[in-house]
Amino acid sequence: MIDLDDVDRKVLRALAQDATLGAGALGRRFDMSQPAMWRRIKRLHEAGAIRGRRLVLGHEKLGFGVTVFLGVKLATKGRVSLEDFERAVSAIPEVQTIEHVLGMYDYRLRVVARDIPDFERVLRRRIMTLPGVGEVEANVLLSEERRPGPLG
Amino acid sequence: MLNDVDRRILRQMQAAPELSNAELAARCDLTSATCYRRIEKMQASGVLGGQQAVIDWQALGYAVEVSLRITLDKTQSRAFDEFIEAARNVLHVIEIQTFLGRVDVRLSVIARTMAHYQQIYREQILSLPHIADIEALMHVARIKQGEGLPL
Repeated sequence: MIDLDDVDRKVLRALAQDATLGAGALGRRFDMSQPAMWRRIKRLHEAGAIRGRRLVLGHEKLGFGVTVFLGVKLATKGRVSLEDFERAVSAIPEVQTIEHVLGMYDYRLRVVARDIPDFERVLRRRIMTLPGVGEVEANVLLSEERRPGPLG
Repeated sequence: MLNDVDRRILRQMQAAPELSNAELAARCDLTSATCYRRIEKMQASGVLGGQQAVIDWQALGYAVEVSLRITLDKTQSRAFDEFIEAARNVLHVIEIQTFLGRVDVRLSVIARTMAHYQQIYREQILSLPHIADIEALMHVARIKQGEGLPL
């Protein structure tokens, strides 16, 4: 685990908005020399503080009008292999993220589709046919905002 | 409209967003100039936005992540707005989503330990306005991530 100071937090917050900012731009913004900022960014990367980059795409412009979150319960716990389910669900291109969770569902899936009929097709043909799938709950995403969290 | 070349560029960018323009052009079998021009065009039309660093909260010491699925008291006309406004002030909330379905709002909450989570939940979450019901899903593992589009 890495301990962050105020500048680290500001740098991470800036990168979470624009990952393409370099040591020069960040140094100017936070009043530090480029080499000092470079060392800081390197340290944050080495500590694993940044998991990767997310490309922001215009979903609607690309024809993806609907995002749906699915809560999925496995039908017969213990008898189905989690690996089989996870492998099969990972292979569905419309499934963007898969989280294994504890609670009233076993998995939480983020699914994109062109529209509601397209989503229904994905649900019927791809999701409901997964090995071990049980109860499924769907909630259509209306809005989403990411917060800086403890970096703020 | 997008053509096959644009789609090829977007697929490669999704797979490896950190590539330089030259590397990206090589992977797409394009000249750097063509690749650059297509990207500029997609940026101008709003197809392609920026890039955001994804923070690894676990590496920063936040071992606990809980998804709170909240139903609001919709008899209050300003329930959504007031709830979201208040949720924005909770420091350990990293995501706020609203839905059409059984759940109205979902909050992602992170904490250092379970005891820390318990404290945030009792002191800050339960005091948010207009909550009718809360269900919690505790995050165990990420199996697939990246939020790529099937292009």
